[in-house]
Amino acid sequence: MLKKELGLFVLIIVIGTITAAINPQFISIINLSNLANQIGLFGLFALGLGFVIITGGIELSVGSMLALLGIIFLDMLVNHEWSWPIALIVTVAGGTALGTIHGLLVTQLRLQPFVVTLCGLLIYRGVARYYTADSTMGFGYGSGYETLEWLVSGRTGIVPNTFIFFVAVSIVMAIILHKSVFGRYLYAVGKNEEAARYSGIPTKLVITAAYSIAGFLTGLSAIYFVFYTQSVSPSAHGNFYELYAIAAAVLGGCSLRGGEGSIVGIFLGTVLLQVLQNLVNMLGIPSSLNFAVMGAVILFGVIADREFQRRRMRKIMIATRTPTKPAQAVPAG
Amino acid sequence: MTDTLLELKKISKTYPGVTALDGVDLSVGRGEVIGLIGENGAGKSTLMKVLGGVVAPSAGTIVIDGVEHGELTVKSSTKAGIAFVHQELNLFENLDVASNVFIGREPRFGGFMNLIDQATLRARVKPLLDRLGVDFGPNDLVEDLSIAQRQMVEIAKALSIDARVIIMDEPTSSLTITETERLLAVIAELRRSGVSVIYISHRLSEVIACADRVVVLRDGKRVGELAKGAITHDAMIRLMIGRDLKALYIPPQAPPQQGGLRVEDLVTTAFPDRKVSFEIRRGEIVGLAGLVGCGRTSVAQAVFGVDPPIAGRVLIDGRSIRTGSVGAAIDEGIYLAPEDRKKSGLVLDLPIVENITLANLVHYARGGLVNAGAEKVAAEEQRRKLSIKAPSVDTIAVTLSGGNQQKIVLGKWMSMRPNIVIFDEPTRGIDVGAKSEIYALMRKLADAGVAILMISSDMEEVLGVSDRIIVMHEGAVSGLLERAQFSEHNVLTLAVGGTIPEKAHAHA
Repeated sequence: MLKKELGLFVLIIVIGTITAAINPQFISIINLSNLANQIGLFGLFALGLGFVIITGGIELSVGSMLALLGIIFLDMLVNHEWSWPIALIVTVAGGTALGTIHGLLVTQLRLQPFVVTLCGLLIYRGVARYYTADSTMGFGYGSGYETLEWLVSGRTGIVPNTFIFFVAVSIVMAIILHKSVFGRYLYAVGKNEEAARYSGIPTKLVITAAYSIAGFLTGLSAIYFVFYTQSVSPSAHGNFYELYAIAAAVLGGCSLRGGEGSIVGIFLGTVLLQVLQNLVNMLGIPSSLNFAVMGAVILFGVIADREFQRRRMRKIMIATRTPTKPAQAVPAG
Repeated sequence: MTDTLLELKKISKTYPGVTALDGVDLSVGRGEVIGLIGENGAGKSTLMKVLGGVVAPSAGTIVIDGVEHGELTVKSSTKAGIAFVHQELNLFENLDVASNVFIGREPRFGGFMNLIDQATLRARVKPLLDRLGVDFGPNDLVEDLSIAQRQMVEIAKALSIDARVIIMDEPTSSLTITETERLLAVIAELRRSGVSVIYISHRLSEVIACADRVVVLRDGKRVGELAKGAITHDAMIRLMIGRDLKALYIPPQAPPQQGGLRVEDLVTTAFPDRKVSFEIRRGEIVGLAGLVGCGRTSVAQAVFGVDPPIAGRVLIDGRSIRTGSVGAAIDEGIYLAPEDRKKSGLVLDLPIVENITLANLVHYARGGLVNAGAEKVAAEEQRRKLSIKAPSVDTIAVTLSGGNQQKIVLGKWMSMRPNIVIFDEPTRGIDVGAKSEIYALMRKLADAGVAILMISSDMEEVLGVSDRIIVMHEGAVSGLLERAQFSEHNVLTLAVGGTIPEKAHAHA
């Protein structure tokens, strides 16, 4: 089962080694630290999106939510001078609420996840731009939130706190997905919702919860990104970020048909994506080719994965058919 | 009528381990309506698939207009003028009537651009609809039509290819009485204009009303033919039954105990105007028989909470329970092994162990985290008890045979505390050896005090395995049979809506 993740890990090492060989700057402390920071930032909400994808759904509104929640957070902190714990709680609660609404629309009204979250993408972006009259919002001379600032954009030694936090959340999410009852239900619902229902699993609740968790993590990410960019320009902040998360999940072995994927995979998928971004800079490839490189690598990865899986499936079929066949011919009693 | 259109000679079809058709003869004359009857699984559908070119016969020939064919293809069948009106209609709901009638054969213009000549299309469809005397036009959308109207579209489609033989498979199963009468009138009109019809139906009175001749199949063999004057209910039923039963019955160890499942005035969404009541005691296996579409599965799904009932009560040991959710049913120990194992019974891509513990996962968890060791112990126990043949409990379910997959479904429920287990077609697609294993397991469950309801379309299974039989007809219970009254004749009579005189209680 872990073969896929191992392959991804090897790929990262290979790409990293080649890049480092061409440009030793790649493994300089400062670059690696930067890279870790990027991984932490983009990985956090990818974990949530992974949950949604495992249920067979999709969440397209992440980027717009980052913008809207970022603006709400800044507004509370800077303009209304609320204390940061309250601003943080409200922002995260807001993200959770939006995710929950998406989940309810999908499960209760039986709308397609693509449509629901596409509408979310448009609505939240629009509201964010309207609320700020399309002008950039920043911290200005606000103060009183130094602790939070250190937590979300500081470093412990040379390791960025974003990365530490990402690792910690990954571990928690891995336990939930791979060890808990809820995690098992996610896989079952994603693979065969009907059979899950026939087993008494509250499928609607499980699916809604996946969207809520994605919203929760997006709410947290919104705060991280505000401190990373130091300001929020409502028309550009977070644009396309959902696609990074989807790409990371797919690279990490999630199937958009649902029921497949792992946290290690999503983690490594995020790492690979950010390494690719970084490599474009390091190798002096024109940065306008950034997306093209990313797209090509994902496409290649998915095709390779398909081939491996086909072979594995065939092997399973052959291996299990042969020994069981004669045994079945023996009638009972 | 002497003019023979097509003739099937000694048609056989064997699948590995199963003989679906065994030397069947069937001739169809011009303008003749043939009633084709037989029990579920008698081979009617296979025979028609041979005629439609979907299934190639293993032996035999098909003679059309004096030309012999070893097999037909869909294309040659269509060209010979054979058309189907399917049980599940094959129409494009998003298109209008005219487009559906000529789908794939649209009149065109505009050279390479292949534009559809709408005017010609509609002009060609209109007379077909007029001929059938329908109340809709070529421009109506199919999604706005009733099932009866859609059937007429199918018939128009058949006429549009100059069909000489139209095969109707259970055409009236979802029609009202007036709609059925209309259809019968259309069949009469088709016959007058020289079109032949092969009419497959479980509704014997319709067969009496429209058929010139009745051909009866049983176990893949042609067992008889009735000429126009000889077509009666009794004659048809007598021909349909008469299979020699193998000894499947395992008697219970003790008489049934008090308590069990009681269903009172249950109304399902499939038949909102019928009420169903019955009782199953602990320790007995009750067969639920009836023809396809009579509402058996709906009853099972209502009791299990998949498709919540509109009204009625479900009681266990005399205590009324909450209905309407699967979770509630499972909490009460009501379990269902569904008809479509692969779709509803199992998560095929998960290993055996995860399938077995899925419905009771909380039991194997502490603080929300699953204890994989405990799961494995439970799964191993079921694997041993049910002798599931697999290399290990980590084997993915999809790789196993039908019989072993069904055992996983059983293992899922047996690892919990069953009070009532409903089996919907428990041995469909399962080979003979595994079948008897499943029957033995069912009896073992019953002897352990579980009340068992077994829905089955397999007459041999219903008669051979049950302690009592409930027969349903059109959404209602049409009768109850005790073991002494068991016979194919009695089951079939009740299933087609008849009554049997000797002390069979009529219900609802």
